[in-house]
Amino acid sequence: MNQDSRHIVIAGAGHAGGSAAAMLRQFGWPGAITLIGEEPIPPYQRPPLSKAWLKGEATAESLALRPAAFYPDATIDLRLATRVTAIDRAAKAVTLSDGGTLRYDYLILASGARARRLVLPGAGLDGVLELRSAADADRLKAALRPGARLAVIGGGYIGLEAAASARALGAEVTIIERENRVLARVACSILSDFFQGFHRARGVTIEVDAQVAALEGSGGRVAGVRLGDGRLIACDVALIGVGAVANDELARDAGLTCLNGIVVDLAARTDDPAIFAIGDCTSRPLPLYERIGRLESVPNALEQAKQAAAMICGKPPPTPEVPWFWSDQYDLRLQIAGMPFDTTEIVVRGDVASGKFALFHLTADGTVQAVEAVNAATEFMGGRRIIARRKRLTRVRIEDMSVSMQELAT
Amino acid sequence: MPKITYIEHNGTQHAIQVPVGRSVMQGAVDNNVPGIDADCGGECACATCHVYIDAAWLDRIGLPAPGSQEASMLSFAAVTQPDSRLSCQLQVTDALDGLIVRMPEGQH
Repeated sequence: MNQDSRHIVIAGAGHAGGSAAAMLRQFGWPGAITLIGEEPIPPYQRPPLSKAWLKGEATAESLALRPAAFYPDATIDLRLATRVTAIDRAAKAVTLSDGGTLRYDYLILASGARARRLVLPGAGLDGVLELRSAADADRLKAALRPGARLAVIGGGYIGLEAAASARALGAEVTIIERENRVLARVACSILSDFFQGFHRARGVTIEVDAQVAALEGSGGRVAGVRLGDGRLIACDVALIGVGAVANDELARDAGLTCLNGIVVDLAARTDDPAIFAIGDCTSRPLPLYERIGRLESVPNALEQAKQAAAMICGKPPPTPEVPWFWSDQYDLRLQIAGMPFDTTEIVVRGDVASGKFALFHLTADGTVQAVEAVNAATEFMGGRRIIARRKRLTRVRIEDMSVSMQELAT
Repeated sequence: MPKITYIEHNGTQHAIQVPVGRSVMQGAVDNNVPGIDADCGGECACATCHVYIDAAWLDRIGLPAPGSQEASMLSFAAVTQPDSRLSCQLQVTDALDGLIVRMPEGQH
């Protein structure tokens, strides 16, 4: 290896960047690879941070994307605790936070997303946390002991997963949601109602239609969340989980087109032929839905890592995938295939009250755009296939449990 | 350490020493073996670590049968066969020393 003098720089060593480096080697890239990560540890999986890691059921070894020895073995120059601070497109070079510069033949931007910050009085108090990195998760974990009071601001997936894990650790949890239901941005009301009921039945207090006015504390440490109606939710630790913002500033400063993320095509190319972008930081085509969008998910990071690596190495492009997502809370596994754009009807397959069901989202002509499956892996897997094939189904057939998913998907 | 042989769809073989306690999937990912994608990292949520296990081998070692989650996920994985398994669900033990798994043409 490394007979070739060409050099790929990957800016960002999360799931996308780490996977891109590995795939480039799988696809036979003969040149140098430098993988630059801001965090002090090698690439790791973020999904377990709010689940198994928080509950103490995962090890650093199981969290790692690959063993530390993989990087030197694969001749990948992994530079940790380092950031790319500027791109000089004319010189094909990046500047690093340690003052160094690196020339590149290809640059892959994998800068990810960051937790959205709330501009609130008291947001800087100790004990006001976010959950994005392993360091964030360790801070939260340290605060979650039996009887500790956790206030979660934002009823999205991060908030709900953290709430479920906190309950497992014996902490008291209050979720504060601005909208009239949890998961308002990302799921339909049937799913919201189900998850709200499930959490409440396990002792979580959920405040909906609740504005946060301030975080209050004493001695520099958070002690409560003041709501817009004047009530105080007392807490020992507050977790803010109100979405994520694409880290696209580096690309923006370099003059690349950005639109809620770095705009890329289906080969993960930006508008500079030497620069690719992958993962949470991108705004990408969604071919099934004829629009562009930002997908914050591991499957997306891996798909785009593969797109970029295949293009650079001259391999056939991977088949576009149906976007999918998953969330584990308590003993519930939610798996979502597709995205419910332009839908007019939701059909329930199975019994919601039983905790095992799937919601099919249909357009006016019956095309299945998305399937949300709770403890229903067959419906999720069949749904992926149905969506990929743009199949149309009727309410009667979806609801009929005597019609198997195999039949529905054929 | 048990040796697992991974055979890509194109016939390329990778003989890997995998520590007891890791999964057959992790053994492949740790060593960057192509053909096992493992999108979900071993949560049995994605069916992209699909492998074929020789039937004779299956009978010999008596692997535990797939759980219901694994069976459901496999029901729609790419090109399933009777000897299909999700390699994230196969824990490596000394009894698996010499195991040979083959990868399907694609995981997606």
